[in-house]
Amino acid sequence: MFTEELLDKSSTMRKKWEDEVKKTVAKHADQKEKWTTVSDLEIKRLYGPEDIKNMDFEKDIGYPGQYPYLRGNQVTGYRGKYWTFRMFAGMGSAEETNNRWHYLLNSGQTGLSTAFDFPTLMGYDTDSPKARGECGKCGVAIDTIDDFFALIKGIPLANITTSMTINPPATALWAMYCAAAEIQGIPLTQIGGTIQNDMLKEFIAQKTLMCPPEPSVKLISDTVEFGTKYVPRWNTISISGYHIREAGATAVQELAFTLRDGMEYVEDVIKRKGLHVDEFAPRLSFFFNSHIDFFEEIAKLRAARRIWAKAMRERYGSTDERSWWMRFHTQTAGCSLTAQQPYNNVIRTATEALAAVLGGTQSLHTNSLDEVLCLPSDHAVQIALRTQQIIAEETGVINTIDPLAGSYFVEALTNEMEEKAWDYIHKIDDMGGMVKAIEKGFPQMEISDAAYKYQRQIDSGEKVMIGINKYNTDEDVEIPFLEIDDSVEKEQIDRLNAVRRKRDSRKVRECLDDIRTACKKGENVMPYCIEAVKSYCSVQEICDVYREVYGEYRDPGMY
Amino acid sequence: MEELGKRAMAGDIRAASRLIRNIEDDIPETNMAIRHIFPHTGKAHVVGITGSPGAGKSTITDQLIFTMRQREKTVGVLAVDPTSPFTGGALLGDRIRMLRHAEDKGVFVRSLATRGAMGGLSKAVGDGIHVLDVMGKDIILVETVGVGQQEVDIINHAHTVIVVLVPGMGDEVQAIKAGLMEIADIFVINKADRDGARKLYKETLNMLNSGHFPNGWRPPILMLESSLEPHSFAESVEKLCDKIDEHYKHLVENRQLQERAIRKVITEMNDALRSAILEPVLNELAATGEFDSMVKKLVEKETDPYTLAEEVSRKYMSK
Amino acid sequence: MADRKIRILLAKPGLDGHDRGARVLARTFRDAGFEVIYTGCHQTPEQIVGAAIQEDVDMVGLSCLSGAHRYLFPAVAQQLQEQGAADITVVGGGIIPEQDMQPLYDAGLKALFTPGATLDSIVDWINENIKPRV
Repeated sequence: MFTEELLDKSSTMRKKWEDEVKKTVAKHADQKEKWTTVSDLEIKRLYGPEDIKNMDFEKDIGYPGQYPYLRGNQVTGYRGKYWTFRMFAGMGSAEETNNRWHYLLNSGQTGLSTAFDFPTLMGYDTDSPKARGECGKCGVAIDTIDDFFALIKGIPLANITTSMTINPPATALWAMYCAAAEIQGIPLTQIGGTIQNDMLKEFIAQKTLMCPPEPSVKLISDTVEFGTKYVPRWNTISISGYHIREAGATAVQELAFTLRDGMEYVEDVIKRKGLHVDEFAPRLSFFFNSHIDFFEEIAKLRAARRIWAKAMRERYGSTDERSWWMRFHTQTAGCSLTAQQPYNNVIRTATEALAAVLGGTQSLHTNSLDEVLCLPSDHAVQIALRTQQIIAEETGVINTIDPLAGSYFVEALTNEMEEKAWDYIHKIDDMGGMVKAIEKGFPQMEISDAAYKYQRQIDSGEKVMIGINKYNTDEDVEIPFLEIDDSVEKEQIDRLNAVRRKRDSRKVRECLDDIRTACKKGENVMPYCIEAVKSYCSVQEICDVYREVYGEYRDPGMY
Repeated sequence: MEELGKRAMAGDIRAASRLIRNIEDDIPETNMAIRHIFPHTGKAHVVGITGSPGAGKSTITDQLIFTMRQREKTVGVLAVDPTSPFTGGALLGDRIRMLRHAEDKGVFVRSLATRGAMGGLSKAVGDGIHVLDVMGKDIILVETVGVGQQEVDIINHAHTVIVVLVPGMGDEVQAIKAGLMEIADIFVINKADRDGARKLYKETLNMLNSGHFPNGWRPPILMLESSLEPHSFAESVEKLCDKIDEHYKHLVENRQLQERAIRKVITEMNDALRSAILEPVLNELAATGEFDSMVKKLVEKETDPYTLAEEVSRKYMSK
Repeated sequence: MADRKIRILLAKPGLDGHDRGARVLARTFRDAGFEVIYTGCHQTPEQIVGAAIQEDVDMVGLSCLSGAHRYLFPAVAQQLQEQGAADITVVGGGIIPEQDMQPLYDAGLKALFTPGATLDSIVDWINENIKPRV
């Protein structure tokens, strides 16, 4: 990166500065000895040319839209198009969520994002004994396509992209979207959106579980294959680090485990479906957390793009540059927010959102200030959305592409994150891949260790969370609460029963038998799922077939 | 206390679990309860499951419970996890794998911590088995902690000992060192889909080929497919269950049940003597500070441990 | 020698799998010298109560972040009472709005820990309020 002459000069000057530092510190000690990121990565007092002297401009930095995509995928940066303002929303009944969606679209949101309630997420119907008390609490309840029609009422499926945060029952919910489009006369080639559909991170972190890892990956490969062939604008997996981070991982762990998950899916699709990497890799998308440590997050996101580009080209021999682009959505960190002095959360979220933008995200959800306490109110959601709009349209940070490139610190930190992530990736390779590593409990234990250490650091005051362990106040702040009425559950059960009464139960049985046969034969389940949801099979009925054939996976409780 | 014993025998879950708690905590009055139930013990088939941590013992136990319930047997489980030597606390995590049986009245699962006390765990496990036995459980599964002396102690309490090995963990070496190979009635090679499973099988087989079996029972070696393939796993655990039954039948038919029973009562007698004779003495020595002063004398080389022990025994033992 | 230990069952009732808090607490309790039985995610009240009784615990700690605590926490307390185990203390943690607290206390919960509660404060509460039963 630099001439020998410059490095020599820098080294002499650095020596002088270091002497001055020593003298000053002897007189006024630093406020603390060790300065670390929120992930406990040690940061130096100063970075200079020597910290990035080994970088190769062409290989490691480059230009936007060029390998290794450190500086972003888009050649025009955010000038051509802002990132997508995509706020996660869903609560109560399908009608309530539909109302919230229309509200968000009218407020300037450009993409939809669906939160489902826990029974739906886990593949249970609202009337399952396991679902008691959960209906509509954390998202919208969807049992059958009847609910789905209510959810998308008045939403132009051909013109808007929809993200669905759904994992074990992803095949069923995506089938509903496809079926609804077909019924509305919209060809599958025209619909666009994302299903999260990333089970590996569920085993690692979020524990939305249904079947064991191996068949779970099979179902995911089914969706990738179906998407590649019939729904080319759909992102069939959103490989997620968000939940890994929220479960207590460090930034490096989030980066490493998420990318290794991505590699596991790529390898499975190639092996199981016989597709070439460039047939499907352009539709893989990612989902990261943006935590409170500003530069660490920027470095993480920049490193992520570079690692993925290298992996695609070098590990999988991809030749299509669209496969090399890592496209990702980002959400600010829920776990960085506090219930105490909740208005401070606006500042946290703004900082995290800014880091995501400087890291080059393509899509962003900003948390609402009340999300630690309850489902966000309309007003809180509006502030969160405005945060993004202010960053995009007032601050000027998007005037130029990747403004922090070339910063000694940011480049050095980006390199360090990448290096540490590869160490983890290779370690997992040595274990035989991510499924095997999960069976061993490796990522789970690494995260548990980090979470425990962090909580101890908070308790001891070594790490600061304002309102929790510093500048505490006793004042009670009144936050307007959005509550889900318990009557939603009863109404939803009534609705489900009404659907069950009017549907053709023989057709339902046949459809479920077809899915069962497909599972046993190792065929792609997607076409059968679309037929099944059209015949009003419920989410649980489809998932029960999977549980029956593949077995049910229970949380092995590693801590 | 006697009351607890009666209620446990009548199937009162709370009484039984409280009784086990008292045994673990070594509450002296518990002996009364044991006195009450002891004559009624000895009906259950006690199966020990041992092997290194991470070998998959809990997952196998869980599937064994399932299979035995299908065969209409009631099951009691004692699952042992280590106590942290630094804090005295313990994470008892075996139960989490067996939660699907939580609502089945025919299954009773109890987690025990090793607590690190001298001989204490053996006593807790031995008496715990008695409690499950008089509750009327047909099968009692004892899952050991996976490390240390206690692994071999299981032989003193179980009729059938299953040793679980996993490929690629250096298990065979560890197991030989720990003396586990000698106590096994059944070998299980778990995670048999992993690399090295055949090798482990051959090594175990070679070892068996060079052994001799005076009791007429040559330990079989079973391969268990990964628990992540539920159907094949279930099938191989069925076979394991058959072998367990077969072994019990062998013990009965060859009158070897008696030998195992003798082994258990000898252990219990030893434990009881220790708690009746040695522990009170140790407690008193500790309470009066005599123990500390003896330690001091030894450090200063004023005397030797044998002389001191003789002094203590002269003081406390009168024939 | 008699050595009474505090035994605690930690459980996540309901369908939410966000177990970061529960996992951190399990380790914290071990380090505080308690014996902890962690039953993991996705437990029904029936399963939790069955386990609590078989394990003869002094306290059941419930963690729920989904909002279903209003149904799930009282269900655990009530079933313990029905099975003659009202002496087992039930405490809860998670995102519990102010207005839900009184009904939960009325249902038999002895303490509720909300976001920001320190690990030490929870351990202190246990040491003060939970005595191993004789």
